[in-house]
Amino acid sequence: MPKIDTGDTAWMLASAALVMFMTPGLGLFYGGLVRAKNVLATLMQSFVALALVSVLWAVIGYTLAFGPDKGLVIGGLKYLGLHGVGADPAGLAPTIPSSVFMVFQMMFAVITPALITGAFAERMKFSGWLLFLGLWSLVVYSPVAHWVWGGGFLGVGHLGALDFAGGTVVHINAGVAALACAIYLGKRRGFGSEAFRPHNVPLVILGAAILWFGWFGFNAGSALGANGLAGSAFVTTQLATAAAVFGWLIPEWIKHKRATTVGAATGAVAGLVAITPASGFVGPMPAILIGLIAGGVCFFAVNLKSRMGYDDSLDVVGVHMIGGIVGALLTGVFASVAINAAGANGGLGQLGKQAIAVAVTLAYSFVVTMGILKLSDKLVGLRVTVDDEAAGLDLSQHSEVGYNFSERGGHVVHSPVVEATAITRDAAVEPEEVRE
Amino acid sequence: MKLVVAIIKPFKLDEVKEALRSIGVNGLTTTDVQGFGRQRGHTEVYRGAEYQVDFVPKVKVEVMAHDDQVDQIVDAILKTGRTGKIGDGKIFVMPAEQVFRIRTGERGPDAI
Repeated sequence: MPKIDTGDTAWMLASAALVMFMTPGLGLFYGGLVRAKNVLATLMQSFVALALVSVLWAVIGYTLAFGPDKGLVIGGLKYLGLHGVGADPAGLAPTIPSSVFMVFQMMFAVITPALITGAFAERMKFSGWLLFLGLWSLVVYSPVAHWVWGGGFLGVGHLGALDFAGGTVVHINAGVAALACAIYLGKRRGFGSEAFRPHNVPLVILGAAILWFGWFGFNAGSALGANGLAGSAFVTTQLATAAAVFGWLIPEWIKHKRATTVGAATGAVAGLVAITPASGFVGPMPAILIGLIAGGVCFFAVNLKSRMGYDDSLDVVGVHMIGGIVGALLTGVFASVAINAAGANGGLGQLGKQAIAVAVTLAYSFVVTMGILKLSDKLVGLRVTVDDEAAGLDLSQHSEVGYNFSERGGHVVHSPVVEATAITRDAAVEPEEVRE
Repeated sequence: MKLVVAIIKPFKLDEVKEALRSIGVNGLTTTDVQGFGRQRGHTEVYRGAEYQVDFVPKVKVEVMAHDDQVDQIVDAILKTGRTGKIGDGKIFVMPAEQVFRIRTGERGPDAI
């Protein structure tokens, strides 16, 4: 029986925590890009994914993805309710406890649907999102994770498509689901005429930085151990992301005469997305190339959006779907067994395998996401009313406001404190007089 | 009594305030405002989407003045608020009917 390695276990626990931090980071990245009246609702969409998907994953999501294979399409129910997922080594990660492998994978399951929220920003009902989120996690995420990583038909030993840390499973999957959401929900009111300017660009930069930081757990952690491969993935992650910043800024500078901070942040995310599938299979110089290409391609993809006729509000398609496809295909070009013996060498054959995995993921996720959207819409409704959209989701969905800069207005209607001390609004007095 | 209202460039506020203080103005009120005149706004670019923003940030300064102070106040603002470039703003002078000091109940010129 394989032996638990303490170094591997320590790194994987740290990696799981790093990946956990990406989801609230994503919330800040998206939250800064929306208008001030929707900042909390946008943060909440990511935050609540952390809550709901964690529980679902433990109850059934994990076993559907990583339980014993059933017909190459889904995991069996052996680990239902985390039955038997404890201190013993995991099959796919023989040197760490299966509980650690499970919780590392949980964080991926959390962030993937959270990525989708950028597509329908500023117009989705909270109840609609919750229902969609739960269904999507189980019906789309778990099966696709199984196909690629859990012993299904796309992964090692079958098709043999390479996806080190989730280019297909996470980014293409979420990106194409985002496309379905943008099409199904329709445009925000005022799209194309009003200026939907980001309300807080520093939040965008902070969010992007947290994503970059957490991504070391995402990619280097996908080595499933503290070893040379993790080091290699760490390096490629840093280099591709750095190069992608310029991949975006250079064409932006030429076209718009300015290099923007939102552009630098978006380019970085595009690079992180693209290197994800390749991070454990390619060397440092190909990583720089992958980043440069991804930054540039995503810049042009995002710029094409206005001609596509849908309102993918925060560019999930342009960054995650397109960036994911670029990364998945370039993995098939630059992969080398000198970097990872369990991988493959790049070439036409591997490129073909990558393309099949991309196409299957695109088709399955798009079609099933559409179905889930229709079902959720029928059951609880997805889009907020015209008035609620105008008022902003913070107020209409959560009865809160993100920024209370003014002391004006507002008095207590109900408060536990008020009831205990029987201070009414009329009796409210200056602090000086209270002391008398 | 007159109410002098000036719309000025925000970075000129300190200079204007000091000039007014030096000629004996004891109080004024400022507000951050946005508007447009002949000065055009600016363009913002986010992920390739260009937005024309028409409203330019300015500061509104309001000064209550005795009738014989008005010319001096206007001169001070004209001198210190001016850069010579488009967008320096405007000054409005309007009659003020009555003034009260809330603390003491004084009214009229004494309350300025």
